[in-house]
Amino acid sequence: MTAYLIRRTLHALIVLFGVSLIVFVLLHLLPGGPARASLGVRANPSSIKAFNAEYGLNQPLPIQYVEWISQVIRGNLGFSYKLNQSVNSLLIENIPRTLVLTGSATLLAIGVAVPLGALQAVRRNSAADYVVTGFALIFYSMPSFFLGLVLIIVFSDVLPIFPPTGPTATAPLLTQLPNLVLPVATLTLITVALFSRYMRSSALENLAEDYVRTAKAKGASILRVLFRHVIPNALLPVITLVGLSVPGILGGALIVESLFNYPGMGLLFWNAAQTEDFPTMLGTILVVGLAVVLGSLLADIFYGVADPRVRHQ
Amino acid sequence: MIGNERPGGKGTASVAPAEVIAAESGVRSASLRKATLIVFLQNRLALAGLVIVAGFFLFCFLGPVFYHTNQIATNVQIANQPPSLKHLLGTDSVGYDELGRLMAGGRITLLIALAVAVLATSIGLIWGCVAGVSRSAVDSLMMRIVDAALAIPGIFLLIFLNSILKPSVFVLTFVIAALAWLVPSRLVRAEVLSLRERPFIEASRTAGANGVRIVLRHLVPNVFGTVAVNATFQVADAVLAVAALSFLGLGIPPPAANWGSMLANGVNYTFAGYWWQIWPAGICIVAVVVGFNFIGEGLRDAIDVRLRAA
Repeated sequence: MTAYLIRRTLHALIVLFGVSLIVFVLLHLLPGGPARASLGVRANPSSIKAFNAEYGLNQPLPIQYVEWISQVIRGNLGFSYKLNQSVNSLLIENIPRTLVLTGSATLLAIGVAVPLGALQAVRRNSAADYVVTGFALIFYSMPSFFLGLVLIIVFSDVLPIFPPTGPTATAPLLTQLPNLVLPVATLTLITVALFSRYMRSSALENLAEDYVRTAKAKGASILRVLFRHVIPNALLPVITLVGLSVPGILGGALIVESLFNYPGMGLLFWNAAQTEDFPTMLGTILVVGLAVVLGSLLADIFYGVADPRVRHQ
Repeated sequence: MIGNERPGGKGTASVAPAEVIAAESGVRSASLRKATLIVFLQNRLALAGLVIVAGFFLFCFLGPVFYHTNQIATNVQIANQPPSLKHLLGTDSVGYDELGRLMAGGRITLLIALAVAVLATSIGLIWGCVAGVSRSAVDSLMMRIVDAALAIPGIFLLIFLNSILKPSVFVLTFVIAALAWLVPSRLVRAEVLSLRERPFIEASRTAGANGVRIVLRHLVPNVFGTVAVNATFQVADAVLAVAALSFLGLGIPPPAANWGSMLANGVNYTFAGYWWQIWPAGICIVAVVVGFNFIGEGLRDAIDVRLRAA
């Protein structure tokens, strides 16, 4: 297990190094380079020159990278001159709300997709299976902004039950639960569509195993076979799936947040794109990349804990 | 295709088996191709996908021949009109005809999506083959680049790149393709890794074929199935990417039309009851994406049959 952990962590560190290189390259892709990114588009040449000298931006690129990354590692992601606030404080303010959105959507999606996929596998090729598969495919093909819009029309306009906008940043989330419903529902439905397909095929594979036949032969009911034997085994790939879905869920959250005006990291990023607030955008990209790498690392570690066959490869 | 690896060897006993095998494999690959086609055509969902996609191509490219609209100049006097005989799907907030705009938006979307699929697949194919064939250091360097780029959710990078570049058809195509090649490169490399240990590659190498020849003659044709399936899914993903960027206001600016920006415009009128500004554009996106996904799944099943036979 230790060797497996070390190997996986090393790989994650290498990928993180790559992510930081990509962000560094993006920083230098900007018209005018990092100076203009920080000082704004209308910065005059002399202040850019002073800025470059102060921050060592006239040094060779490798040295600049080392200086930049040592700041990042110490937790300094830069300063947003547009919002007059450090990128760190912006992210610390917005990330918890994004975690509420993505976390609840992911948990709900697992809660729905696991039994749904298992039942589809049991009733394979029945009408119900086709209907669920069809809906899953439609939701899977549906851009999140359109699905969210449909939910707004149905549940805010035709049947005015839930508010069409997300919560506001000024009050705590717990006091605005109705505002959370539609954003969370949108992200959940899209994620269910993704998960249930995998759950169905994973359950199908397990249903064909010998231990299922043994359990049936012992006289276990179909529900017992399902919940005691098939689902726990079929859940294994779901660990990996959730870990690998982090980029998809974060990307979905970005669109959901901008549609519902939900004050999270995605909305922060989108607003930054509208105002050319590059330090905020790059800081967010770094954090998102870190989350994705951590997601897949944790998934691999959990998988190694849950399934001893993996770590002995 | 057959027999050009052995100069002057015709008729000698020692090469007869190779010729027989080559001839046999030629026959077999023809029948396999036929089997693949049959399996694909028997798949009702795949056929439905083909019909949807073909329908959209006709609608977007031939539609404007029969249904003339002005998609350049705005006309606020006829803004937000409900469907009528003059404007079959009504007009939007600046007076563009919605049905004509669906055609114009679809044209750009389909062109970009197809171009992205071709471009990204080609890059992915080359990258994956080179990484798979070259061993150790080069391979792991190339794949770590892919890992790192995939660690950043595509939409974040797309938004970032679009906010520093001025979006046009070309910019959008290259930006989306710049991210879309990552997945096929992984798929191709994985297949190349297993293929390169197979006896026929070894045989070819023993016969004196160089790396380039092995890649072009043996690896590329063999990974082509996987790549084709993935390319179909990529068209669907690119349609979604274009729509999402346009919805977020980072697509090609007006007067260029796009289903995503049409929807974004419709959002403002959700509670005004202007359904014609929301549903048609949304349904178009979903239908085209579903269509390409159906084709992709049908292709995958059909090629699966081929793999089982081989």
